[in-house]
Amino acid sequence: MFYREAGQFKATYRADQQILPIRQDRLFMAAVLVFAFLVVPLIATPYVFQALLIPFLIYALAAIGVNLLVGYCGQISLGSAAFMAVGAYSAYNLVVRVPELNFLIVLALSGIAAAAVGMVFGVPSLRIKGLYLAVATLAAQFFMDWLFARVRWFTNYASSGSVSTMPVNLFGFTFESPPEKYLLVLAIVVVMTLLAKNLVRSHIGRAWMAIRDMDVAAEVIGIRPVYAKLTAFAVSSFFLGVAGALWGFVHLGSWEPAAFNLNLSLRLLFMVIIGGMGSILGSFFGAAFIWFLPIFLNQVPAALGVPLATTTVSHLELMIFGALIVFFLIAEPHGLARLWAIGKEKLRLWPFPH
Amino acid sequence: MSTKNLPVIILIVLLAIGMALPLLQKDTTPGFYVEVVLGGLMSGVLYSLVAMGFALIFKASGVFNFAQGAMVLFAALSIARIAEHMPLWAALAATVVIMAALAWVIERLVLRPLVNQEAIVLFMATLGVAFFLDGFGQTVWGSDIYKIDLGIAKEPVLILENVFQGGILVNRDDAVAAALAALLVVGLALFFQKTPTGRALRAVADDHQAAQSIGIPLIWVIVWAVAGVVAIVAGTVWGSKLGVQFSLQDVALKALPVVILGGLTSVPGAIVGGLIVGVGEKMAEVFLSPVLVKTFDLAGGGIENWFAYVLALVFLLVRPEGLFGERHIDRV
Repeated sequence: MFYREAGQFKATYRADQQILPIRQDRLFMAAVLVFAFLVVPLIATPYVFQALLIPFLIYALAAIGVNLLVGYCGQISLGSAAFMAVGAYSAYNLVVRVPELNFLIVLALSGIAAAAVGMVFGVPSLRIKGLYLAVATLAAQFFMDWLFARVRWFTNYASSGSVSTMPVNLFGFTFESPPEKYLLVLAIVVVMTLLAKNLVRSHIGRAWMAIRDMDVAAEVIGIRPVYAKLTAFAVSSFFLGVAGALWGFVHLGSWEPAAFNLNLSLRLLFMVIIGGMGSILGSFFGAAFIWFLPIFLNQVPAALGVPLATTTVSHLELMIFGALIVFFLIAEPHGLARLWAIGKEKLRLWPFPH
Repeated sequence: MSTKNLPVIILIVLLAIGMALPLLQKDTTPGFYVEVVLGGLMSGVLYSLVAMGFALIFKASGVFNFAQGAMVLFAALSIARIAEHMPLWAALAATVVIMAALAWVIERLVLRPLVNQEAIVLFMATLGVAFFLDGFGQTVWGSDIYKIDLGIAKEPVLILENVFQGGILVNRDDAVAAALAALLVVGLALFFQKTPTGRALRAVADDHQAAQSIGIPLIWVIVWAVAGVVAIVAGTVWGSKLGVQFSLQDVALKALPVVILGGLTSVPGAIVGGLIVGVGEKMAEVFLSPVLVKTFDLAGGGIENWFAYVLALVFLLVRPEGLFGERHIDRV
């Protein structure tokens, strides 16, 4: 009744090409942003920030990165965590070796470093397709795991192989308390989400989707596969690199090479599948789902008075993840984002669906 | 010899040169060298065992089965746990039944609803199956380290003492594994060439629609059950050698580069690929690792963790369809 675009006329091309063409959507998004920026910092507890919101936001950023590559360009990657690791270690080395550098520049540079590595490992995608490529990206995963564990320069010759970071300092302000960290991450995620959203609406994003839908046909109509695939790898890795740097600096604080292992790569892929391939919004849904589900599983049985051993919970988690993946692929291959779209469509027609 | 094969030949020649290089080092005795190669071949056989399961399923149904490693772990766990209560042969028989049931369930709940979906969707579904099996196996069978005792003496045997100085050490269970793998290959070859079912499988391999018309559900169950039996053999051999534990899965992941190196659709490819990867990574670890550690001041070797993947990657760059894979032609 309230959610409908009747009477909202588009008089200019600008108005027609807005990200959110319906006024109610814009209002809703503005409300969400106001809530996230102004209300949440006032009401949330440190636990909520540190265990729920900050990791969720960073995961969402990483999931967007994976989604650009897998969902939009159709190149399966099982090595996403490797690019997060590149971002995290680049940021660490930049901060340690060039302390006077602004953290935002550090973030950008670690993203660029990850993008460079991503392009190197993206080169095989020009010759290898589909499932072969999935296995080829495993090479990135295992090689990077090994590189950061073994080459001591990356960890600044730390004897244990793990690194620890200082709190983030930006323009003389130190982000130490959970709400401050949350706002920092939120601001970066919002800006980069906007970037991603606009990118996939641009000619680059369209080229990616053409390649995804049928690469030979895309080539025939004049899209350069080399350009499209390599930019997809680069941009995806850039997002992953920034997410990795944030994950290391803001969420973990200190980490060891195993923090960015194959399991994380698979999780990121699951976020994209469950959230919705080829949907920026879906990346947020997927990240929320994958991050909150284990926490939920850990706490609910205890709250209900059914104590479960930690190992049982972790096994249950594996089973539920696995079953859900299969369920989603069968029931709704387009993921949670699709359900959201269906809900919106229903709402538009409500209360007179005919 | 056409020019198409030239890059492959060059790559193989380079590999051979790489393999021969350690012999030039002064402190490498021929006996030690042969021992390393043999060790590599043995672990290669183990990779091949897992990889065969992949190749079988891919050949017959076009599904890239990420869950093969999980199936190996699951099979090994059930053998180990059931064998605690009954003799080994009975445990093996029971596990065959379990794996067949598993194949049926997977077909019913996962594959049948996804018929005619894209390969990538099926692949991700098997990712889900892999996660589920990992959790399920450990919930049902427990998550400790278990043993499978095949009754083979553990101590190695010295052979060829008169050819090489000091002889060559060979593990008996490795020899058994190699023999089992050979048996399995012969068995599978007979199954695919001689039995009506096997022939039917080959006939429907590359046409889902044709498969449907003669009743794929059954065919898929059979393929997955056969892959399950392959997983049992792999699980038994692995389990008796390394102990049955969760980390078995990481090792089983190595079967992925093996199959893409050999070509996804080819059982012989899985074997040759396994052997190449096995020997390659063993030699890299033994001979190349120390050099790297010394040159770059690394915090330890362990390049066998990625060597197989990078090797497969390089191979794919030269020959995207793998060694024995079928060349794929895209049409709009």
